[in-house]
Amino acid sequence: MTKAMVLALSLFVLPAKADWQVNMTQGVTELSREIFDLHMLIFWICVVIGVAVFGVMFYSIFKHRKSKGAVAEHWHENTTVEVIWTVVPFVILISMAVPATATLINMYDTSEADVDIQVTGYQWKWRYQYLNEDIDFFSNLSTPRDEINNVQVKNSNYLLEVDKPLVIPVNKKVRFLITSNDVIHSWWVPNFAVKKDAIPGFVNESWVRVEEPGIYRGQCTELCGKEHGFMPIVVEVKAEADYARWVADQKAMKLISAGAASQNYAVADLIAKGEGVYNAACAGCHQVNGQGMPGAFPAITASAIATGPIQKHLDIVLNGKAGTAMQAFKQQLSAVDLAAVVTFQRNGLGNSVGDSIQPSAVQQ
Amino acid sequence: MATVDIDLPHVKDDDSHHHGPAKGLGRWLYTTNHKDIGSMYLIFSLCMFMIGGMMALVIRAELFQPGLQLVEPGFFNQMTTMHGLIMVFGAVMPAFVGLANWMVPLQIGAPDMALPRMNNWSFWILPFAFLILLSSLFMPGGGPNFGWTFYAPLSTTYAPDSVTFFIFGVHIMGASSIMGAINIIATILNMRAPGMTMMKLPLFVWTWLITAFLLIAVMPVLAGVVTMMLMDIHFGTSFFNAAGGGDPVLFQHIFWFFGHPEVYIMILPAFGIISEIIPTFARKRLFGYSSMVYAVASIALLSFVVWAHHMFTVGMPLVGEVFFMFATMLIAVPTGVKVFNWIATMFRGSMTFETPMLFALAFVVLFTLGGFSGLMLAIAPADFQYHDTYFVVAHFHYVLVPGAIFSIMAAAYYWLPKWTGHVLNETMGKTHFWLSFVGVNLTFFPMHFVGLAGMPRRIPDYALQFADFNSMASVGAFIFGFSQLVFIYNVVQNVRAGQKATDRVWEGAHGLEWTVPSPAPYHTFSTPPKID
Repeated sequence: MTKAMVLALSLFVLPAKADWQVNMTQGVTELSREIFDLHMLIFWICVVIGVAVFGVMFYSIFKHRKSKGAVAEHWHENTTVEVIWTVVPFVILISMAVPATATLINMYDTSEADVDIQVTGYQWKWRYQYLNEDIDFFSNLSTPRDEINNVQVKNSNYLLEVDKPLVIPVNKKVRFLITSNDVIHSWWVPNFAVKKDAIPGFVNESWVRVEEPGIYRGQCTELCGKEHGFMPIVVEVKAEADYARWVADQKAMKLISAGAASQNYAVADLIAKGEGVYNAACAGCHQVNGQGMPGAFPAITASAIATGPIQKHLDIVLNGKAGTAMQAFKQQLSAVDLAAVVTFQRNGLGNSVGDSIQPSAVQQ
Repeated sequence: MATVDIDLPHVKDDDSHHHGPAKGLGRWLYTTNHKDIGSMYLIFSLCMFMIGGMMALVIRAELFQPGLQLVEPGFFNQMTTMHGLIMVFGAVMPAFVGLANWMVPLQIGAPDMALPRMNNWSFWILPFAFLILLSSLFMPGGGPNFGWTFYAPLSTTYAPDSVTFFIFGVHIMGASSIMGAINIIATILNMRAPGMTMMKLPLFVWTWLITAFLLIAVMPVLAGVVTMMLMDIHFGTSFFNAAGGGDPVLFQHIFWFFGHPEVYIMILPAFGIISEIIPTFARKRLFGYSSMVYAVASIALLSFVVWAHHMFTVGMPLVGEVFFMFATMLIAVPTGVKVFNWIATMFRGSMTFETPMLFALAFVVLFTLGGFSGLMLAIAPADFQYHDTYFVVAHFHYVLVPGAIFSIMAAAYYWLPKWTGHVLNETMGKTHFWLSFVGVNLTFFPMHFVGLAGMPRRIPDYALQFADFNSMASVGAFIFGFSQLVFIYNVVQNVRAGQKATDRVWEGAHGLEWTVPSPAPYHTFSTPPKID
């Protein structure tokens, strides 16, 4: 009942945060503003040409109509006019091309970066590796499925929120090395005017120097499969001191999670934790109920792997299956999460094998 | 340019030695008559237009509000892919080939197409190509879901099994297009009536001649790229697989080397149609005939050197970006010439506004808007903000819907009286026009805004700030979609009955097609006309 009401509400009531932005964002970097200016320049050139051309056209539509007694004249050629309207656009174009080229040269200068971050696209999440620090994490969509399925009211950052944002320092040149693990993705943050394709087997470069701390949001912009619309990018730009603190925190957390992996967990705890991991990492393909999608993604429920030997099950989760959409999760999830999700898949989703695996066993 | 000296026995009654159309289904299966084949192409194209349109309405219905309501994301991707493929290869291209079949022989004074049996074959393989393509939607794993641009490796390693059927379908469509193009070139070069020199050809014929050369040049490239995909999928090669030494970006270069000329294949015949219609209803000769021909030829040549402007974000070297930016901007010059010439044709004419003219005028304005956004997209640095957003969707729909589709509608309204012998119902025609005009703009104009504001294309669900414009676009799409039923009703009524059309049909019409009776007899110009 309430579910139906919320659904009806979301269908017929305009969302709270509707706005009418009609133009490109100016962004928060020198380059993004330069690009915005280029965009406005070419826009106004088009407006002026449009007003002139359509002005003449509508003038003749109103004046030179038969119903007003207009009689057609007979001329149908004029070399001078034709030369003029070939040359003038050409000159306008050159005047456009010069500033555009200058901006482009600036964008391509990726030298002397202060921070280097490798950005890797996965179906359907981003991985951020800080090349000079020992920091490496995945960033997943954190919008609850109930919001997507219209069961819950959507929050204001609907589809533009992640569990772990990328963090970069303000006023430093940050270089992104962008690549992909599977299909082509594209990493775009409109406020930075950075959009670069993430291509498997290639490393593309881009850079940014953000002038204001804040949270900036973007999305994947190259069709990358089923969940293409659900892999946002969130970048938190921090003041230098805050950034340094964040880096230190990441290192401390890494130690804690290493400690966590050596502990023993009760099966019920693993299953409970595993369900959350499953919904975040697996349900996109195998579905929340474990039924998969026939022909595209196999079911977990009653599958030979999830009900067969546990080592084989673990192996496919760790290393993926070549030639299919099944990824290797060894790098993506912690040992605790891996143990939890495997245990959950064997004892949930309609399966009841009864066995379990501990994080320490996963690590071997 | 060898003009074949046509030396036919002159008979008093052109039709006395020919039999009329055969009876029953056999007429359509075995026909080699350009008018029959033209009609079949046009009817086929209309069916595909409605199927592709229904897919577009599925997309727009899902995007009416944020959240997933009607379809799940995997099916949404199949819809966007099939909508694109069907509209490009099933609706727009066959419609132009159908118009060429009907009008090229009539406009150059030829009795039929040069290769009539091949003409039959190139039509009849098309329905099978699309049956194969559409049937893939019902296969396990679903149909093609990688976008109509089918970028590898999403379309190879990560594709559903049905991709093989997609490849086979594309091959058949390509073969059909190549045969159609060969036929059109052979007809135009060899079968013109005596005195019909190249620079006297109607512009529709000229634009189709150039389009046919583009088709022959690039359809084999498409066939090549899908064959490479087939090899990667089934025979262990690694053309597009970096892990095996291949290159996913190579796919995009080959695809767009086909794809960019392809978009001109879908607009050059439209230029030809508009260049026929505007002089008729302005009652004034087309301004700058020869510059129109040269402009089309230069657009066609330039189309071969601009392909990578679809790929500004793949990480090309700086020099590549700059070259493709300049080359792309250059296309604005001949395109501008065409628009200026159309307007100069109207200037100091004596205009009336029948339905074909309304569509033609809307074409000039809205296609030019699409041209402006194209110019903006050519600016490589700005393209980093536009690329793969709804701004691009708005751009190419402006050049394809009120561009190519409106020109096809204009052509149908313009020539239908010649085909059926009946005058069309103007009230219904104008209703169709105004509903389409409002629908198209309501659908595609807001897409510029959401694109600039940051909405990526090909997503089944979106952030809340894009909601209002998306609802508007969806309403517009349904208006546009359902207004086509007015057109279909009008055409069906017209084929069955209606006021008898005169031979000239339109007061200001010039050209050979208006010298034959309405409806055009089954065989025309069995004796070539004399052109002074």
